[in-house]
Amino acid sequence: MTIALRTLDDGAWISVNDSREVGVSDIWTLPGHEFCNCETPHVLLEAFSGVDLRGVDTHVIADAVGMCIDCGTRDGIDSLVVGRIVDGEFKRYEPGSVQRPSVAASGDR
Amino acid sequence: MPTDVEEWKDEIYGTDIRDHIERFAEDGWESIPDDEKDAWFERFKWYGLYHQRAGQESYFMMRIGPPGGVLEPGQFRRIVEIADEYARGPVSNPEFGNGWLDVTTRQAIQLHWIRIEDVPDIFEALEDVGLSTVQACGDSWRNIVGCPVAGKDKHEHVDAAALADDLHDTFKKNEAHSNLPRKWKVSVTGCDEGCGQGDINDLAFEPAEKVIDGETVTGYNVRVGGGLARNEPRFAKNIDVFVTPERAVEVAGGISALFRDHGDRENRYNARIKFLVDEWGPEKLRDVLQEEYIDFKLETAGEDLRHSYSYNAGDADGKHDHVGVYEQDDGNNYIGLNVLMGRLGIDDGYEIADAAEEHASGEVRLTQRQNIILTDVQDDKVDALLDNPVFDEYSPDPHPFQRGSIACTGSEFCSLSIVETKNRQVRFSRWLVDNVSLPEGVEDFHIHLSGCTASCAQPQIADVSLRGMKTRKDGEPVEALDIGLGGGLGENPQFASWVSDRVPADEVPGAIENLLANFDDAREDGESFREFVAARDDEELADLIEPEETSYEDPFMHNTKQTWYPYAEEDGLDDSPAPARADGTPIPSDD
Repeated sequence: MTIALRTLDDGAWISVNDSREVGVSDIWTLPGHEFCNCETPHVLLEAFSGVDLRGVDTHVIADAVGMCIDCGTRDGIDSLVVGRIVDGEFKRYEPGSVQRPSVAASGDR
Repeated sequence: MPTDVEEWKDEIYGTDIRDHIERFAEDGWESIPDDEKDAWFERFKWYGLYHQRAGQESYFMMRIGPPGGVLEPGQFRRIVEIADEYARGPVSNPEFGNGWLDVTTRQAIQLHWIRIEDVPDIFEALEDVGLSTVQACGDSWRNIVGCPVAGKDKHEHVDAAALADDLHDTFKKNEAHSNLPRKWKVSVTGCDEGCGQGDINDLAFEPAEKVIDGETVTGYNVRVGGGLARNEPRFAKNIDVFVTPERAVEVAGGISALFRDHGDRENRYNARIKFLVDEWGPEKLRDVLQEEYIDFKLETAGEDLRHSYSYNAGDADGKHDHVGVYEQDDGNNYIGLNVLMGRLGIDDGYEIADAAEEHASGEVRLTQRQNIILTDVQDDKVDALLDNPVFDEYSPDPHPFQRGSIACTGSEFCSLSIVETKNRQVRFSRWLVDNVSLPEGVEDFHIHLSGCTASCAQPQIADVSLRGMKTRKDGEPVEALDIGLGGGLGENPQFASWVSDRVPADEVPGAIENLLANFDDAREDGESFREFVAARDDEELADLIEPEETSYEDPFMHNTKQTWYPYAEEDGLDDSPAPARADGTPIPSDD
């Protein structure tokens, strides 16, 4: 099944099969990401710049710009796992759940 | 590789979209195929329709763009009537009720809660009085902005209204310019005060003179590549071109075509012409314009009037807006009225339309400070017009904190915004009026609140710039604002410096109070706020902002984007009545 993925409205949200699934302005918990010096960065997503599918579990991976609400570092985030495709349906990961970079890199979870 | 948006535009764009809007309106919201929604919503923007944010599916924002913000007699009333009939939401807004129109920073009007089924009737009602939503959004010529009193201003050097109208008539529904790589924002300034805000537009015409063949000719200098969005603010750059009013449309068409052909269609985040100007420089842009797009020899830039620009220039005695009663060049008066955050209630709109028709010409103009102007008021009618109680609220003499406040749409409707804005800014201004004294001689003080880096409230050109953010307070994430200082326009425009990050929203009024007190203590005699900021580095300025809780209470500290509507009693996304059919009944989910 073909999955239509795109960012729209100046990167305000990620569309999966023409449905608005992931929006900006949530705070994502990113332990292990080298985003800033915080042990566990809590990053406000300000805009998405790209989205793709990756890995055997068909993770939905986003590139974004965000800011750590604790230390104020603003930077790009590559390969943030925002959800996965299961039986053709998008399953969104909760921003507050733990997002580890290895998931994105290996497709293994 | 072209983006999806470019592929959709290649398939159907411009005036061809109209038939499809009519078709979907006839068959209802549910007739829009699920796998085509992204494409159609992107295309609808060209006709001024913007799908509202998550939780508000099936409702649209509609933008109406009169060139130069001029609403001819009868047009303002018609928009109020349309808002009355079609722009009411499922629940009320606690500050603004249910039913209003928003005056924007690009001299347009936005209506919310519009249903696709009603759009053909609305189009017909607009067209009946000569109004349109064409190209109000989307990748094309947006509403042309300029001096809001063009054609009637005592400070006018060249008639900006005539050029704004010519540009509007030429480039709206013009197939050659319908599909640009990105939005295209154009400003025409004709006065010596600089109130067209050309510096922050993609293309700016600014008043100038040049001696040509021994004669002094009045016209425009041309600047290209301004804009504020995405943490990449730019002032438009002088491309060393002077043009007469007669040839301005031709030059505008050449630059638009250059952007159409050379703008980046593979990366929408790099598509605005400011990035092409970054890459090429103004000299190359001029060379390519001359060689490939203009058939006559371009004149070099003439002598401009920027030295006299006083609009938002930061001087204590400069012009900061058009609020107040001012004499027109024909001896009549125009009356600038403050519209708090640009939001004007429907009942008030009828009152204002009545007053304008009874005591003036009925013309209403929109300003880039989200205010309105009633023109053509005879001397002996001014008092009678202002005698209407509606002008106690929409005042020609408001408190500086309310006069200087601007806010974007915010998380109430916008997908990109991070925080609530309009209601918050109303509450900020109310608290500041009640609790804070402005230092002596400070009669204008601009505070602009934008919900995100898109900068629709133009925060970078305010005395105090507020930008939506989040922070942690008492262990919990809360809505917050970055604070910038010292922005403005004038001969030497300056973007605000972002000196204090992530201030919890409920501590911002206290921060402004302390900032102003520190400014009052430390300023030199007569020093303006902008001069004061310019004389200090960011670290020093940050020390002058001392955020603290005060008696101000902020009801929007939670994540307003996780609501379907921040002010609903049951505000969770699961409580949303959207999508809804034309009669407002919710459409059940397939799940």
